[in-house]
Amino acid sequence: MSWFSNYARSSVGAKHIMAVTGLALALFVFVHMLGNFAVYAGQDAMNGYAETLKSTGAFLWLARLGLLATVVIHIAAAVRLSVLNKAARPEKYRMFKPIRSSFHARVMPWTGLIVFAFIVYHLMHFTLGTFYYDYYSAVQELPGGATRHDVYSMVVQGFQIPAVALSYVVAMVLLCFHLAHGMTSFFQSLGLNHPKYNAIIRYAGPVYAAIILIGNSSIPIAILAGAVDLPGA
Amino acid sequence: MKLKLHVWRQKGPYTPGEMVQYLAEGINEHMSFLEMLDVVNEDLISKGEEPIAFDSDCREGICGMCSMVINGRPHGPDQGTTVCQLHMRRFRDGDTIYIEPWRARAFPIIRDLVVDRSSFDKIMQAGGYVTANCGSAPDANAIPVAKERADAAFAAAACIGCGACVAACPNGAAMLFTAAKLSHLHHLPQGQPERLRRTQHMVNAMDAAGFGNCTNLYECEAACPKEIDRDVIAMMNRDYAKASFSHRD
Amino acid sequence: MDLEPRIPRGPIEDKWDNCKFDMKLVNPANKLKFDIIVVGSGLAGGSAAATLAELGYNVACFCYQDSPRRAHSIAAQGGINSAKNYQNDGDSVYRLFYDTVKGGDFRSREANVYRLAQMSLNIIDQCAAMGVPFAREYGGTLSNRSFGGAQVSRTFYAKGQTGQQLLLGVYSAMSRQIAAGKLKMFTRTEMLDVVVVDGRAAGIVTRNMVTGKIESFSAHAVVLATGGYGNVFYLSTNAMGCNVTAAYRAYKKGAGFANPCYTQIHPTCIPVSGDYQSKLTLMSESLRNDGRVWVPTSADDVALPASQIADDKRDYYLERKYPSFGNLVPRDIASRSAKEVCDEGRGVGPGGRGVYLDFRDSIKRLGEDAIRQRYGNLFHMYEKITNENPYRVPMRIYPAVHYTMGGLWVDYHLQSTIPGLFVLGEANFSDHGANRLGASALMQGLADGYFVIPYTMGHYLAAARPDKVSSDHPEFKKSEQAVKTRIDKLLGINGERTVDDFHRELGKIMWDNCGMARNEAGLKSAVDKIAALRVEYWENVRVLGGSDTFNQSLEKAGRVADFLEFAELMCLDAIERRESAGGHFREEYQTSEGEALRDDQNFTHAAVWEYQGDGKTPTRHVEKLVFENVKLATRSYK
Repeated sequence: MSWFSNYARSSVGAKHIMAVTGLALALFVFVHMLGNFAVYAGQDAMNGYAETLKSTGAFLWLARLGLLATVVIHIAAAVRLSVLNKAARPEKYRMFKPIRSSFHARVMPWTGLIVFAFIVYHLMHFTLGTFYYDYYSAVQELPGGATRHDVYSMVVQGFQIPAVALSYVVAMVLLCFHLAHGMTSFFQSLGLNHPKYNAIIRYAGPVYAAIILIGNSSIPIAILAGAVDLPGA
Repeated sequence: MKLKLHVWRQKGPYTPGEMVQYLAEGINEHMSFLEMLDVVNEDLISKGEEPIAFDSDCREGICGMCSMVINGRPHGPDQGTTVCQLHMRRFRDGDTIYIEPWRARAFPIIRDLVVDRSSFDKIMQAGGYVTANCGSAPDANAIPVAKERADAAFAAAACIGCGACVAACPNGAAMLFTAAKLSHLHHLPQGQPERLRRTQHMVNAMDAAGFGNCTNLYECEAACPKEIDRDVIAMMNRDYAKASFSHRD
Repeated sequence: MDLEPRIPRGPIEDKWDNCKFDMKLVNPANKLKFDIIVVGSGLAGGSAAATLAELGYNVACFCYQDSPRRAHSIAAQGGINSAKNYQNDGDSVYRLFYDTVKGGDFRSREANVYRLAQMSLNIIDQCAAMGVPFAREYGGTLSNRSFGGAQVSRTFYAKGQTGQQLLLGVYSAMSRQIAAGKLKMFTRTEMLDVVVVDGRAAGIVTRNMVTGKIESFSAHAVVLATGGYGNVFYLSTNAMGCNVTAAYRAYKKGAGFANPCYTQIHPTCIPVSGDYQSKLTLMSESLRNDGRVWVPTSADDVALPASQIADDKRDYYLERKYPSFGNLVPRDIASRSAKEVCDEGRGVGPGGRGVYLDFRDSIKRLGEDAIRQRYGNLFHMYEKITNENPYRVPMRIYPAVHYTMGGLWVDYHLQSTIPGLFVLGEANFSDHGANRLGASALMQGLADGYFVIPYTMGHYLAAARPDKVSSDHPEFKKSEQAVKTRIDKLLGINGERTVDDFHRELGKIMWDNCGMARNEAGLKSAVDKIAALRVEYWENVRVLGGSDTFNQSLEKAGRVADFLEFAELMCLDAIERRESAGGHFREEYQTSEGEALRDDQNFTHAAVWEYQGDGKTPTRHVEKLVFENVKLATRSYK
């Protein structure tokens, strides 16, 4: 397997790894967003969706581990490349004017790091219940007397706090920057290009990123605006 | 024209450098940028100061020798132009101009604005050729090449090896150079037999030389005096994957 | 001086075959024992270095640039000739041979030219195999264009970058040999002396341009492929670094220098725009395929914009004077005609030193896109330099120094008068006579390097079995000492004038007196002026900095010092050649129509100069040129 480690450590191989893990994460974000849309269908739908996910048991843990590994690989490769890239230009220019690169492309490491910090916060918020434990511990009582985790109320109550909603929207804006460059770069990095389709590919990232931004931000905004509210409120 | 220049002066590879200010007077707008520096140098010599060292040779935009970052842009403000073809009519009287060398670990400074680009040669030596001993060639027309392929090969082969791509890349990467060399040969039937091996070896040589990595910023493409397209890099990326997963050296 | 040309036996078409058969071979195992030095990494030097290394010799190659890929061959734009006859338009090896001899005004060596025409076929094959991206037709076959001095389309090209693409081919072959360990490359290294031991070339002395280190390298044979000396004129289309030093040092060590007065003034260059100008830019001759050259018929109209000059007020003087070749007459004729019309006061542009090269009619006929396809990069370059759009207004062009046909004398084996010292490409004198046809320089460089030297070098090494002299030999030490002394002397003068200032003055003397038209009085005055300038140089030049650092002034100073001596040799040769031939136009020798007038009776020879010592007049020897196949005739392109 030395060939694979050589490949993974090479500049182009590392790029492929960034691209593939990045794509996996971006697709996860999309699926995650679709799942989140259950919030618009009301408490039953949302909580039912959450329950179904949890019931997969080992599969859920496998997916979580896979996701975690992907994040770790993506970040580890990015950090390594950033360090190498810094070293490749030991002396900075006294004056330098970028021409073609967009701002969001140049700040990929920063948006990436902030988004990562957000993910930690997000997990602590909704998955681990580190903050707002009251909301986290809410349960929905089902007709048969059984109860289940009331994800719906947790989300709604969480986003009714303006600072929380705002932090999520800001994070989505940064994620959008990250994806706008990342998704287009995926094609370039793996060489999936063709003069005929390059124009489309060039917009693939920004369009995808915009969908994620609008879709995900719509939830805290809708809740803050009162369009989605607690059951019975 | 009168100009205020800030020029990087550095006596040798191991001595620290600094920006030094000079006044360029009596500059004519028809001069090329390098001719302006010639005038400044003549003036420096007459004052008993050592002239600014900079590389230039053909002065018609093809040898790739000239190399300086002008006001933060490799080869200066014009698209698709080497410094030697940049003319002073592009500047205005009284302008302040910053002049710096290519800055990259893989291009150590020799003196002032002169850098050592032999790392490019090393990349070429790793595989930038078709193995065809002299005398072994079939008739030139025996291997037809579609015009579109030949044109694409030419577009990549137009690379003059100046290093502006590396200078422009925020990561100091040599992807555009290496990929242009590969793309030239890989658009032609002559380049196919060694395609995967060549890609692998040249990318590895590029990494070994201490260049940075590509983050798809395309500053290289913007700085390239021959306007080589980012697509060449995509081709290299694809071939490298193919080579890594299917080729055995 | 032994000027035996070693022309092989037999009819001209068999000579090279006979030569190859008669030559001795070196067996593969023995090749490993021979060291060869190649100076210069352009088409000739680079191809020689790569090919000799392929054969198994140990090769060391030296160039002053930072990479072999930058040699000035790279700047050749238009194309490379080959007698492939792919266009079915009547070309043949014999016709290319004939055109080249005629184009050279019957002052080249027949046998060499014929071999060149033969090799032209192999060159295209070899380059295509190495991946040179030549222009192609839609069907995938190679495309051709026409060039000056020929009525067939035999020029292969890669847009306006043929030189760069061919050189990249050579460079890639070199890279392969460097990786294989057979070729050792020394970049940013300048050759400053040739070392001759017991009458044979034994090595060279160099200066490392980064560290200033003076070093000796010894070998079994030395190949010089160091290009031409056009920069003696200061302004030329040559690169800034092109110089005569290597060739001149060899001359001082006993190599004969042939026909130094033969210089080519290229007709299509961008006119000079001011005193600050550091070099001139050539616009490929291929432009004359579709561009029409003209000036106003009347000197009164020169200040008018071109668009306001009606057709009947335009003088398409090349089409008028040379109806059968029209705008495609050879370079020397096109240049002289431009000078003539400008001398008549009909020149256009600043200073009246320019003629129009007009694409209006071809744009009308073929459309702007077709013209852009063919010459896009040239038009772009023109616009960059002049700030004028050549699609709208005609280009202005004027002749400029471009190529030097003269060079170190070589025999059929490309060996100079010093055994073991071979000279290739523009640095030698052999193939172009008194004028070179367009797209022939690339051809010659590659023929010499790829296909001639690999054979003749073997013969020299096998037949002579020279011992390799150690680089500790006293001759090397003597050369090193001389080189160091000279450098210290240049650095110690600390006078008032810069090196460039002297070079510019020398250039003006040469351009005024030894340029497009020459006469005895002017040449003699030039000799005096050069001598005076040289004396002043060694008393009043200012070279700052040290000898042990990267010092560009010092590099230039050494080169200009050699130009200051060499310029005199050029003028002497021009004085002694009392005829007009090709690029050498003596005003005293012209027909009543102003065409060059050769004197075949007295000057059908190459003049070869032998150095006699500093301050002494060199001796002029001759190699008689024998024409057995081509009948000497007055060149006519009418």
